[in-house]
Amino acid sequence: MATTIRTDAQPARKASLRDRFDLGNGMFPYFLVAPTIIIIALVAVYPIIDSIRLSLLDNPLIPSGSNFVGLRNYLQVLGDSAFRNSVGVTLIYSVVSVALETVIGFALALLMNKAFPGRGLVRTAILIPFAFPTIVSAQIWTLMLNAQNGLLTYLFQIMHILAPGDSLLRTPSGVVTAAVMIDVWKTTPFMALLLLAGLQVIPGELYESASVDGSNRWQQFWTITFPLLRSALLIALLFRMLDALRAFDLFYVLTGGGREIQTMALYSYANMFVGTTFDFSPGVAAAMILFIICAVVGIVTVSLSRISQN
Amino acid sequence: MAERELVAPAATTGVATETESKRQINWENLGRYIALVVVLFVALGPFYWTAITSIKIDSEINSSPPTLIPHSFTTQNYANAFLSVQPAFAKDLLNSTIVAILTTILALIFGSICAYAIARTKFRGKGGVLAIILSVQMFPLIALVGPLFVFFTNTINVYNTYVALIIPYLVISLPVTVYFLTSFFRELPPDLEEAARTDGCTRLGSLWRIILPLAAPGVFTTAILSFITVWNDFLFGLTMTSDSTAQTVTVAIPLFNGEHLIAFGEVSAAAIIVTVPLVIMVLFLQRRIVSGLTAGAVKG
Repeated sequence: MATTIRTDAQPARKASLRDRFDLGNGMFPYFLVAPTIIIIALVAVYPIIDSIRLSLLDNPLIPSGSNFVGLRNYLQVLGDSAFRNSVGVTLIYSVVSVALETVIGFALALLMNKAFPGRGLVRTAILIPFAFPTIVSAQIWTLMLNAQNGLLTYLFQIMHILAPGDSLLRTPSGVVTAAVMIDVWKTTPFMALLLLAGLQVIPGELYESASVDGSNRWQQFWTITFPLLRSALLIALLFRMLDALRAFDLFYVLTGGGREIQTMALYSYANMFVGTTFDFSPGVAAAMILFIICAVVGIVTVSLSRISQN
Repeated sequence: MAERELVAPAATTGVATETESKRQINWENLGRYIALVVVLFVALGPFYWTAITSIKIDSEINSSPPTLIPHSFTTQNYANAFLSVQPAFAKDLLNSTIVAILTTILALIFGSICAYAIARTKFRGKGGVLAIILSVQMFPLIALVGPLFVFFTNTINVYNTYVALIIPYLVISLPVTVYFLTSFFRELPPDLEEAARTDGCTRLGSLWRIILPLAAPGVFTTAILSFITVWNDFLFGLTMTSDSTAQTVTVAIPLFNGEHLIAFGEVSAAAIIVTVPLVIMVLFLQRRIVSGLTAGAVKG
């Protein structure tokens, strides 16, 4: 992608202003992309800027107008132990679930990269969790994990993973474990399909000549498969990581909207809508902190992939 | 898809001695099938369990050990879910359907002309445009909730209406729409469009008369994906509505969980009702979804 743009741009550099924008299509393409870009600017970019303003006010919901309080909301949020816990929960959940999804997704992709009877069936089956709304998958797993009559609770108790009468959803670490399990169940297929697409464009001759040279499968994986998949892997990792960092629905259902264990998004929501109106701005500030973390992760990953490409 | 040709050479590499390789492949296949059975079991198990819970009577749902093959059969849970008023399930289902359809139509109108420009024309800044659109898909959406809530309640007064949902839904639907349409438009041969234009067809005319009809299966797939994306949202449904005037069905699902009591049968029935249409659509269109998803991914 990036290389094609550069080759387009080079000859245009010396051209006149009109020619510079005119690559055979005039201004026409800009009119076509304008509506989408305007919508995104108004509904996604502008609210982020407005968030900064709101996060510096004491109470934007009162009609009489609110006062500028500087960074007070940010300091309040950073000083709140519930917020610091939510940062920990979010990071642990994101890193563990994305790592597991990558490893299992990779294994699945390698497994499906060979033609065999029933492959279509498997590919279809793993798309089913993918179609589930997160809220529904969280709900049905909650039913399976509940203390009273959950199927998984019953199995865990038989296997002595859980004490009789106990349930995974009773402790914070149990909730995070459950969340990781559900996320792995739901989104590993996405990872597997992206990596499978990457695998299928690797020419088979590479493996043939490697076999002739006497390298074994394990060596072939590290010398051929992994390097050639690196950029597909980075993109998949970035998407999954940013999606995990904003986790909301899953924890909302697992905790019954409770406040003992929260992700950053859930903490922000609870401040904005569950507390008093004076908690609204700290909630917006917490959401801004999450936004900044996501932006940093995105920028770092994109620059890493640029470096690895050069 | 060219997967069959690509895997063919790998399968014939181990022909040192025929019997030896045969035995080896058998072991390998056995391992592969065991792994795949586990994958199938894990992927489909929760769906199966929810489906059978939804048709069990209460006493069987609460029995221990749990029954893997239902002994009882009832449709009462479905009737209860539909008739429930605490989560006004039927009305919320209607709200979700209307909002998802309206959003999808709007996203297709704006998204198709945008995707056409990206797939079929050259212009400076194309990479930037794509990057902006795709990065929005990865936004932490909670950061949009605060300012949109203030704007919808204080400024334009649309809180708890369809409009308050459609506006943010456009932002989650447009990236999906543009991404998939671009990938489907790219697959079409350029000759036809050029022929139409030499015959005096305008660019938008050729989009309308040539590209869209030719890409119709792709456009349909994109519409379904946009519909699913909007349907699956929970955050905006939760924060931009206050009751069943506009509340979406995903918001109704957790409401089935009472303070101390979970109505297991009804929740399961509701989960099945909300999910089955999506599962059917995805299964029906799986080849196209996978090819659209991966074609775009490989090209970056």
